[in-house]
Amino acid sequence: MNSAADFTSQDSATRISVGDAITPEGLGASSTPAPEETARYALLLGDDCLILAQRLGHWISRAPELEEDIALGNIALDLLGHARFLLTYAGSAWGKSEDDLAYFRSEEEFRSCRLVEQENGDFAQTIARQLLFSFYTHELYQRLIHSADSTLSAIADKALKEVDYHQDHAAQWLLRLGGGTEESSRRMQNGLEAVWPYLEELFADVEPTAELSKNDIAVLPSSLRENVLTRLTAIIEQAGLRVPDAKGALGADRSGRFSEHRGFILAEMQVLARQHPGATW
Amino acid sequence: MSIKKPELRAVDSPNQPITQDAHEAADDARVGWEHFQQLMEEDKRVEPRDWMPEQYRKTLVRQVSQHAHSEIIGMQPEGNWISRAPSLKRKSVLMAKVQDEAGHGLYLYSAAETLGTSRDEMYQQLYTGKAKYSSIFNYPARTWADVGAIGWLVDGAAITNQVPLCRASYGPYGRAMVRVCKEESFHQRQGWEILYTLSHGTEEQKQMAQDAVDRTYGPALQMFGPPDGDSPNSQQSMAWNIKRFSNDDLRQRFVDMIVPQAEALGLTLPDPELKWNEERGHYDYADLDWDEFFSVVKGNGPLNHQRLAHYRAARDNGAWVREAAAAYAAKQADATRGSALLSA
Repeated sequence: MNSAADFTSQDSATRISVGDAITPEGLGASSTPAPEETARYALLLGDDCLILAQRLGHWISRAPELEEDIALGNIALDLLGHARFLLTYAGSAWGKSEDDLAYFRSEEEFRSCRLVEQENGDFAQTIARQLLFSFYTHELYQRLIHSADSTLSAIADKALKEVDYHQDHAAQWLLRLGGGTEESSRRMQNGLEAVWPYLEELFADVEPTAELSKNDIAVLPSSLRENVLTRLTAIIEQAGLRVPDAKGALGADRSGRFSEHRGFILAEMQVLARQHPGATW
Repeated sequence: MSIKKPELRAVDSPNQPITQDAHEAADDARVGWEHFQQLMEEDKRVEPRDWMPEQYRKTLVRQVSQHAHSEIIGMQPEGNWISRAPSLKRKSVLMAKVQDEAGHGLYLYSAAETLGTSRDEMYQQLYTGKAKYSSIFNYPARTWADVGAIGWLVDGAAITNQVPLCRASYGPYGRAMVRVCKEESFHQRQGWEILYTLSHGTEEQKQMAQDAVDRTYGPALQMFGPPDGDSPNSQQSMAWNIKRFSNDDLRQRFVDMIVPQAEALGLTLPDPELKWNEERGHYDYADLDWDEFFSVVKGNGPLNHQRLAHYRAARDNGAWVREAAAAYAAKQADATRGSALLSA
């Protein structure tokens, strides 16, 4: 049985870990139920990871090189792991499992940001999306480690080690594509332009996040903005590319009211589970 | 990294004028041949730098690269279910499994490269359709239960084939197979467990499981290759300690293994002639449809075109990325050389 404290020192799933691997089942069985508002926050964080894992999973068998099939698959797997912890913890507030939340919520009930919902596009656009998301989550989890909620803190600690590798992967590809050929530089710039309008949503002080940040349970999104932008600007310039000047797209409230992608993503992800409600898999 | 082939021209081309060099090369080849024979007799391992007969090298490149290609194409049918896996745990396990297949492809291509054939060359053979891969992947993974059936029967057949390959005489191949087998046995268990859950679930789930087993059983048994009488390369591979058991022996071993497993699953195997033969101490099973098998091998299976088109699209769409990575690496190397010159 894992308690929150047991997995604070675990290594990435992508590296060799010592001791028992942590499982969402262990977390579900052992932690105290999340308070309602904390659960809504965990759900929001978990939805981002779940949708991005769903998007990235599509690359497996379609990547430019075998090593990238493995790398993108690995990152998707890490993100799915983070989603499972966060959804399991969120569900504890309402007596729901991670699968209840993943498969039986409607488009309107998801709280994912539009950045992770964006299509894979070409490899450069996927890397651009990874770059923004991994730089954001790295900053977020570094701060969430100090959350007053011990379960969120433990999940952040576990996820941070993996996100550290995700941002390295994205940054290395940004440099390679930015400094590779004329075509790769053009595509990488286009990729950044395509996802940049959805960066601001990550820093919007939505509820319940803003309220929870007053008690140091959540991290206030707007407080992440400066560091993330500074680091992104530096790496983009190092790659010989331009920071897009696109303003944030309107509707940065994670509601789904301003996204056309979410419905398709969920339709595909949920189809089988919904054909057999109540079945065990 | 490619290993340079030993120079054997003096032996390979007896019409060349015999020079001093040719005499020395012939001596080297004779010593190499004796060493190789001794390794075979003592059932020891051949390593990349050892002399080996060209035919041994070719046989291995063909076998190892076909195996690698099978892992790569095999990612497609299961990858087809990653986005729709019915629980997050199943999704996670499936993603890890398909990723393992990519890893197996990587070890195997690396093992084949030690024989002097580059990964790009092997990719090209698959891309052009010249290279073969396991025919089973030319059948569709239509339902979630196919993920279970692939794990149980396809990976199960693969393990039965591959465990003896861990002792294959060529070192890099045998060592790659040790790791592959460890992961495959985990894959087989997860496939069996998916089917067990389905066959103990709702009536619809049980039906889904039975349907997948019905479709997968025959092609899985054919994974061992044609009957011994129609398998011309087998004898030589056995003499070279690459292959340890005949196709039919391995197939029999597999059938004997899965019959009780199917009973435990509560599913039937689609062969009315399947029954225990007391005298032989094995299960008898019906002849397989070898006309269909050879037709699929020749490219006429339900999904041969789709599988290859998927692979080609991935290679084509990724070409600019590989070019960029190579260009960037070259620029970095130039910069490093430049700064080394400046500091010298």
